Amino acid sequence: MTILKTLTASAVLAALFIGGVHAGTLDTIKQRGHVQCGVNTGLPGFSFPDDQGKWNGLDVDVCRAVAAAVFGDAGKVKFIPLTAKERFTALQSGEIDVLSRNTTWTTTRDSSLGLNFAGVNYYDGQGFMVKKSLGVNSAEGLDGASVCIQAGTTTELNLADYFRSNNMKYTPITYDKAAETVAGFDAGRCDVLTSDQSQLYALRIQLKDPGGAIVLPEVISKEPLGPVVRQGDDAWFNVVKWSLFAMLEAEDMGVSSKNVDDLKANSKNPGVRRLLGLEGIGGKGLGLPNEWAYNIVKMVGNYAEAFERNVGMGSKLKITRGQNALWKDGGLQYAPPFR
Amino acid sequence: MAESGQNQKFERLEDLPPPVMAVGILGWVRNNLFSSLSNSTLTIVALYLLYLAIPPVVNWAIITADWIGSGREDCTSGGACWVFIYARLNQFIYGFYPEAQQWRVNLAFALLLVLFVPLLIKNFPYKTWLGFLLLLVYPVVAFLLFYGGALGLPVVSTDQWGGLMLTLVISAVGMVASLPLGILLALGRRSQMPIVRAFSVAFIELWRGVPLITVLFMSSVMLPLFLPEGVTFDKLLRALIGITLFESAYMAEVVRGGLQAIPSGQYEAAKALGLNFWKSMSLIVLPQALKLVIPGIVNTLIALFKDTTLVIIIGLFDILGAVEAAIKDPSWLGYAVEGYVFAALIFWIFCYGMSRYSQALERKLSTGHKR
Amino acid sequence: MTDEKPTATPPRTAFWNNPTFRSLAFQIIVLASVGAFFAYIVNNTLTNMAQRGISTGFGFLDLKAGFGILMSLIEYDETYTYGRTFFVGLLNTLLVSFLGILLATLLGFVIGIARLSRNWLIARIAAAYIEVFRNIPLLLQILFWYFAVLSALPSPRQSLSLMDLFFVNVRGLYMPAPQPEPAFSAVGAVFALGIVASLVVARWAHRRQDLTGEQFPVLLTSLGLVIGLPLIVFAVSGFPLTWDIPVLQGFNFRGGLSLIPELVALLLALSIYTAAFIAEIVRAGILAVSHGQTEAASALGLRTPLTLRLVVIPQALRVIIPPLTSQYLNLTKNSSLATAVGYPDLVAVWAGTTLNQTGQAVEIILMTMAVYLTISLLISLFMNWYNKKTALVER
Repeated sequence: MTILKTLTASAVLAALFIGGVHAGTLDTIKQRGHVQCGVNTGLPGFSFPDDQGKWNGLDVDVCRAVAAAVFGDAGKVKFIPLTAKERFTALQSGEIDVLSRNTTWTTTRDSSLGLNFAGVNYYDGQGFMVKKSLGVNSAEGLDGASVCIQAGTTTELNLADYFRSNNMKYTPITYDKAAETVAGFDAGRCDVLTSDQSQLYALRIQLKDPGGAIVLPEVISKEPLGPVVRQGDDAWFNVVKWSLFAMLEAEDMGVSSKNVDDLKANSKNPGVRRLLGLEGIGGKGLGLPNEWAYNIVKMVGNYAEAFERNVGMGSKLKITRGQNALWKDGGLQYAPPFR
Repeated sequence: MAESGQNQKFERLEDLPPPVMAVGILGWVRNNLFSSLSNSTLTIVALYLLYLAIPPVVNWAIITADWIGSGREDCTSGGACWVFIYARLNQFIYGFYPEAQQWRVNLAFALLLVLFVPLLIKNFPYKTWLGFLLLLVYPVVAFLLFYGGALGLPVVSTDQWGGLMLTLVISAVGMVASLPLGILLALGRRSQMPIVRAFSVAFIELWRGVPLITVLFMSSVMLPLFLPEGVTFDKLLRALIGITLFESAYMAEVVRGGLQAIPSGQYEAAKALGLNFWKSMSLIVLPQALKLVIPGIVNTLIALFKDTTLVIIIGLFDILGAVEAAIKDPSWLGYAVEGYVFAALIFWIFCYGMSRYSQALERKLSTGHKR
Repeated sequence: MTDEKPTATPPRTAFWNNPTFRSLAFQIIVLASVGAFFAYIVNNTLTNMAQRGISTGFGFLDLKAGFGILMSLIEYDETYTYGRTFFVGLLNTLLVSFLGILLATLLGFVIGIARLSRNWLIARIAAAYIEVFRNIPLLLQILFWYFAVLSALPSPRQSLSLMDLFFVNVRGLYMPAPQPEPAFSAVGAVFALGIVASLVVARWAHRRQDLTGEQFPVLLTSLGLVIGLPLIVFAVSGFPLTWDIPVLQGFNFRGGLSLIPELVALLLALSIYTAAFIAEIVRAGILAVSHGQTEAASALGLRTPLTLRLVVIPQALRVIIPPLTSQYLNLTKNSSLATAVGYPDLVAVWAGTTLNQTGQAVEIILMTMAVYLTISLLISLFMNWYNKKTALVER
């Protein structure tokens, strides 16, 4: 009897093992019914849970846009908060489908980590924040300083480069989470908090006395931040890439969540009509419904709306568009043509 | 002397009262606090230290503390700001569980209490039935209540679970699942079959040798890498599996201690009665062995309960995670101590309660085996 | 039962009821399933990694790390390799575990003995200590010390100082560092010689006492040899030692020895937490020595300290050591919680930053687990050896 039972059990197990599916990410997601999106554990403006546990932010909106494109429902996304140290492993392993967690695009990450960057949703650069009472006005005066920093980031590497190339010494105080770096900076554990400029503004509002800290003028690196997917699945890569582009193209075309219904009904502009799936290839090549871009704009808004709401003048952060303006306004944001 | 006292009659005098310093409070104080020079010094030093430590703490925590209010502007007195705990209490208990559905959590825990408390009462008649309900039926009901998706209850996905509720869920599941697994492993380690024994030893030593956070890291972010593409399951479930496997190794060692303490006569007698392996284990050996190691089992359970805090490292919001998030909230900065003290108190109550219960149980169950 | 003669071979049973066959078959099945399971996992992992273009192998160990680490016992800066970060992390883990074990043992023994004190107040305080600290999760205690206590210390410019030699601030504890001059090596050599000599003396005195019953003032002689002699040499050679005193310079104190708050918080929490368990173990060990033994010792005329040293402690140790070993193991594994406060231990530096920069999770996690397993096995082996040495010798 025992043997029979064991045999049956192993047969069942073996059947389970063999039965693993090798479907593409997009199909898996459709089957599952939601997108798994890796986000920051808490960074105001980019991804931050409110009192009810609802996630908000620019990075979060990219995930919502992807869900809107795939399901026609921006709510069908599950947010998985990750520390900087966990993020790539989680993406590599398949724990998440897309990583939208203010992640810098670099050669190593794009090649040997097995990742693909689907675009840039925020152009950033690394900066320094110090307390006013320290009396430092330039990063050159930071020799010998203790620096709070988040573990596992490019900022950790840039910091080392910057101090070494300027022949300065520093002490790195490394924490796992952005909130901890703020706590350390606030308590005086370090003199300087370094991170991407946008983050510094976001983190500054978490200080006890936000007015007592200043962001130094120097920007020591290029930090193009964007959503990331695994290598080896071009179909899914395209979906994420074009979801982001759709937000940019909508801004470019003047389509926003407010006028999208009106434009869908009345617009004669072929560009707008192609974007909204009324003409041209629609969603066919991407494996999405034709109105995928319409859904993104309707449910999440265009890039300008997302920017203003989360990090721009409509938010606590009050960051100007700067490099993140559209190409035609002198910025770097640019979507390839929809045709 | 002898002659003169010939006719003298002995009259019994009243007993003198013992010296004041030997009885009553003074006597106790002298015996227990000031019995020698070194003892007296120790007592005085200890009293002085207590004097230094206790009044400020009491003052901070109770006398000058703020108890009532709704925001940080109500914390003005300089003592502890319990308003902060009160304002965030819902999150500490339920995490992000939707407020309209929280009755389900309450109901599930009330049900648990109703089923569990009679078990503590001596001579309660239907204990077997209750135990059966508790172990087999209750988990299903509790899962339905927590997760929903049937009987018209909306689904509350596990990433919304949090706070004390999550702590209790993880520890309860861990406890219920790790004991049987631990027993199997302990039996495997004492098996006659070399391969089974080798695997059991390897399994136990492997899990006992590595820190829980690496196990949790593996189960939370790396596991999908080991499975075919597209096969994933719930993050909480994976954390639960990690914790269960980890604790079962410790449980196995505790149970093994009990198995070793059972005299071989018991094993032989069971064999002589013609019982097969599983019967002799389940009817003769295990009931005795488990009774012997109840303190060890409860200690492992307490350790498991405390270990659940490590899930914050993989991004689950248990009660400590909820407290951590709350004290870093910009609108409540500066109340870290209150948050930590609150979480510590909750954990302390549960752990201390469990250890007291195990001591009582041990006394009650000690039949024989002691002279 | 029939009245057939019992035969040498038992009556034939069906082969699947034969215990030998059963156990063999069962084991083969177990072996096969476990083997299949591992083959399946390895296969999946390799397939997934190849498909997703994740680099494999240990080539990354020779690449330049490019990030700084807060504290290192060996020379390290961002120009060293990833392989080096492994050793930096490992040494930091070993350091905190070693110090933690030391402190926890000291504190645990004191509390455990205090718990049995005849002084009611002391016994109560010890009991309260045990019940409070062992029932609160370690992670919570680490966070409490770091984020609630140590971060409330003043900034470097407002440091608390002791005679302008020792400074305490939110960045840590700073103290003067000894700076030995070349001649100091003589003092070191004499010190080492003194230790060896006092060991020899102790052995000789022990043997002499066994033979003749005469005692020899071993303690005094040893003190003289280990401390007195080096001091004399130190004075004779003209005090070849200067002190590097920490001074506030720019943002921080420079020079001297410093103890970073991450290490202090971790160490405090680890030793306070583990000491509560050790205290209980010590108490149980001492209570396990039967009262007859102490009575017999007094009957022999031994004074209390001697009774403790010669009768109670050796017997109690036998009971204490096995559970003590597992506490040491727990402490070592628990030191991995360092990552919560940013102390650069193995898990934080290696399985954290390095893992993230290289993306090679499988290799790195395997190496990390192997390290902890090795440490566990080594401590177990050592303690087993010690346990055997002190075990009861039956005559």
